[in-house]
This record gives sequence, C-alpha cells and structure tokens, in this order.
Amino acid sequence: MPKTVFEYSSAGRKGVSLPSREIDTPLDSLIPTKFHRAKTARLPELSELDVMRHYIKLSQQNHFIEKGLYPLGSCTMKYNPKIHESLARHTCFANIHPYQHESTLQGALELLYELQEDLAEISGMAKVTLQPVAGAQGEFTGIKIIAAYHKAKGNTHKTKIIIPDSAHGTNPATCHMVGFDVVELKSNAEGRCDIARLRELVDENTAGFMLTNPNTLGLFETQIEEIAEIMHSVDALIYMDGANLNALLGIVQPGKIGFDIMHFNLHKTFSTPHGGGGPGAGPVGVVERLIPYLPVPTISKDDAGYHLDYAHESTSIGKVHTFYGNFAVLLRAYIYIKMLGAEGLRRVSENAIINANYLMAILKDYYHIQHQEYCMHEFVASASRQKSHGIKALDIAKRLMDYGYHPPTIYFPLIVPEALMIEPTETESQETLDAFADAMLAIARESEEDPELVHSAPHDTPLYRLDEAAAARNLELKWTSPGE
Amino acid sequence: MVPSKLKYSDTHEWAKIDDDTAVVGITDHAQSELGDIVYLELPEVGSTVEKGDVFGTLESVKTVSDLISPVSGEITEANSELSDTPEVINNEPYEGGWLVKIKLSNPAEVNTLMDADAYEQFIQEH
Repeated sequence: MPKTVFEYSSAGRKGVSLPSREIDTPLDSLIPTKFHRAKTARLPELSELDVMRHYIKLSQQNHFIEKGLYPLGSCTMKYNPKIHESLARHTCFANIHPYQHESTLQGALELLYELQEDLAEISGMAKVTLQPVAGAQGEFTGIKIIAAYHKAKGNTHKTKIIIPDSAHGTNPATCHMVGFDVVELKSNAEGRCDIARLRELVDENTAGFMLTNPNTLGLFETQIEEIAEIMHSVDALIYMDGANLNALLGIVQPGKIGFDIMHFNLHKTFSTPHGGGGPGAGPVGVVERLIPYLPVPTISKDDAGYHLDYAHESTSIGKVHTFYGNFAVLLRAYIYIKMLGAEGLRRVSENAIINANYLMAILKDYYHIQHQEYCMHEFVASASRQKSHGIKALDIAKRLMDYGYHPPTIYFPLIVPEALMIEPTETESQETLDAFADAMLAIARESEEDPELVHSAPHDTPLYRLDEAAAARNLELKWTSPGE
Repeated sequence: MVPSKLKYSDTHEWAKIDDDTAVVGITDHAQSELGDIVYLELPEVGSTVEKGDVFGTLESVKTVSDLISPVSGEITEANSELSDTPEVINNEPYEGGWLVKIKLSNPAEVNTLMDADAYEQFIQEH
C-alpha cells in the first residue's frame, strides 16, 4: 500500500513560509480559552514538491475518464468539459452566499430559472425543482410527491408501487423509504414490460409505477402510452427514472408520452462531475397537476426580476435540501446545455446510441447478447459463453484493467446471467471504441486459450485481485498513526 | 459436488431429512455462483414457513439473493455461528454452512424435491 501523506512528514520541513502575525490583540480576547487547542494539530510537514509527487502518484494509481475509457453501464461516465470547472470557480459565482438579499443575486437566480425552464422543455414536464442533490434523492422527492398527491385526494388505500425486475436497485429502496409496498413486475421475453402481467397487478391500491426508460437492458420501452393509460385508469401516477436520459435528448420528451414525474441525473446526462461521491444533482420535473407538491422554493420570474418563490408552501412536500440545491453543480449543467443548444443535445443522444450499437455489433460474435436488437445508449453482453472455460464476468472485468480500461458494470441487471453492461457514451471516438473492442476480443480468445491468465487478472495494476469479501466485512475507513 | 443423501430444490437449496426435521442450506453450486458471502439474514426461531417462501437473504460481493424454503414447517434452529463467519457457507456449504432446521409440517412435500442425480442433471441444463 502507498504511504499516507502523514507518513512522509518530516519535522520542520516546509512548503511555504507563513508571514509573522500582524495582529496584536491577544488571542484570549478574541476566542475564549476553553476553545483553544491543548496541543498543536498534527499536520504533515512536507515540501511543495513532496506534496505534488505524493498526489500525482496517487492519481496515477486511479482510473478516471481523462486517463481512459470508463464504460460503466447506466452511469454515463462522459467527459466533463473543463470550461465548466473554470466558470464554476469564477469569483462571481464562487463568492456569492445564499443569505444575500434576493436583489443582489439576480444573475444566479436567472441562471437557475433558465436551467429549470430548459430541463422542463427537454423533458416535456410543466415544472422542475432543482433542489435534490442526487439521483436517489430525486427519486425520493418524486415518490414523496406521489404520496402527497394521493394524500391530498384522500387516496389512503393506495399503498403499492409497481416496479419492473430490470429496475435500478434504488427504485424499490426509495419506495420503501417513503412507506410504499413494492410489487415486482417480471420482464417479458423481449426484455420489456409485460403488459398482460401488469394489467393483473394493477388494482385500486396501486399508487404508482416506476420505470427506467430506456430500461437497464438498454432497450426503449415501447409501450409507454398503454402503460400510462392503465395507470391513469386507477388514478396511479407513472414515474420515470431519468438515469438513462442520455439516450433521449431532443428525441423523446417523457412528459409528452404519459410520464407524470421524472428525475434528471445532471451528473450523468448533463456532464457535471461524477463519481467519488459527487456532489451530484437530481432535479425533478412534474406535470401541471403535480406542481403544488414540488419542494419550495422554486424560482419564478416577473417584471421586477427573479424570485425565490414560496407561493405553494402550504401544499409542498417541503424542502429536501438546504438552500437551493448544489448551485455550482447546477451551474455546470447550465453551461453544458447553453453551449450545446437544442441541436447539440440531440447529437449527444444520437452519438451515444450510435457508439453503443457500434460496439455491440463488434462484440456480438464473441459475447452472448440475450436481446438481439438495436440498443439505445448502452447494451448488456453476457460472459455465459466464456463460462464453459471457467471464466466469469468478474474475471473479464478484472482482465480489462490490464488493458487500461475501467471495467463495465457487472452482474447488473440481475435478469441477465453473468452480465457485462457497457455504456461507451458519445464522448468516445471510433478509434477508442475499436481499441476497447480489440481488448474485449483478446480477452474472449484468452478465455479459451489461457483461462488461468484471465482468472488470475489483473496483473499490471498497482494492486492485484482484492479480497472483496474481507473488504466488505472488515471496513477500514480511518488511518491511525502509530503514535495514537 | 452433490452429496447423494440430500434432497434438492430448483432454487438451489438442499434439505437433509432426519425423521420429522429438515436441515436446510444452499448447494455448492449456489455458493459458487453467488461468490464470497459477506452477510446473511436468517429467520427467528419459532416462526413458520411454507415451501416456496422466502426465509432469509444472503448478500455476496456480487448480489443479494433470497433464500427459498424447500419445505414447510417451523424454524427450530438457525445457525447463529454464521453471522460472524458467513464464509463458512462458501467453504463448507453442506456441513458447517447449514442455515436452519425446520420441523416438517407436511413431510410428504419432501417427495417433490430432486434427488442428487436429478439435481446434477438440473444444474447441467441451467
């Protein structure tokens, strides 16, 4: 294991020399003595060069999109243009404060308002809240809105939400957290919603239906209008998990084909930083009749300017985050949308779809693909063919690291055995896709000719195959210095 | 590895029938498909299950799976040793890795389970 920055410390070594204190007031008169440190903080002492080398080394052991392809299915690990970063750090944005008076925040509010409006247009929804700060929190907000809608209508008997077996794991978790019971809908042989089965499951107690579209097999759910009709006939609402929106920009407006609520993962589709725990942003859009339940404040506009609008506070589900969400993340999405424009956004989705289909067409002769039809922005291959040589999806994922790629999502969706879920995104060139396909083909060949090589991978990474069970059971999250 | 004296379900649980009690666990094939098991949830002693009911969950590094009861009856014992050492299920699925003991309420059900030969063929085909 590499050393921590503390272990490189050497007493007295310095990176910068701090100026001597110029304030004469004794510290005790500024901060009560009881809050003073009893002993000096143990900060590492290193030269600037030592610090730079340490973090550069660590970054080289990591994998990130600027280093290589990151085809993690359903995660849309696209490149984030660096202009987002420089603008988000601009003093005009970085130094404003949410407690400033509204009149001094007009620029920031205008930006939020326009983002709200742009997302509404992209999704075909009537209104959007920017407050939720993650996809899962967006789901939570959306399902709370379903609960609030039924409560307002006195629909106390509506206790269940139907979710397909291809759904993201967060969907059932969200429904449980809000207090609904979850009913699973099996997919049909085509990998889509089984409408006949859905009709059997739906009854007066159904509060809603949660659907990812395109679904996690990378297939477009073609029967939305019929599903919406079934749901609306019992006054149930239909929620779209927008995690896979990268396939639909400028092509499909979910709000126009029957969905009542959806969330956006700005950190997936709209190119804000992703991974490492965020921060993310998961705005939620709703149709007209659900606007009263949106979190407050929303951003409104009148002749006097832009306002933090609490008008529907009495019917709102309340706030779901401090202030107005992750402003600097929303700002990056705003820049992305404005730079691309409507035409550009459509090309994003078209190229994402073309790239996924290009890869699938090359890989399908070497890896089993259960649903043989054009995919959307991602597809699910299977290692079932390699399994006869004792090679599993996990082994292929590990071997890909030797070739310099981040592995795809594995063992998800659960309905495909030995799943390898691949999403190249629109930001990759044909040359990169070809090189990745070559690696996948080489691994397919190795699986037959030298399975042990694949089974014992990775060989060329800073660490070899990890003991994942031990890592899950004995989490070590804190470094303790030998002296402590 | 399919021990000849046990009975098997199509959801990869085994049952060892001893008079009116069944010892239940998951098969070697099941543990190998799941990968390293890191966490498990077993039912309360005294609760009852029907054949086909979910009686617990297993979490491996790769997925979370339901445990499906191969028989009906009352849970008389749950293997409490496993909560600290779930890897025993991977290492010895038919011995120390047993999960629960069930007092059979319908002993005739046992005849609907597969014998070792039938189960071996079943995993070849699936």
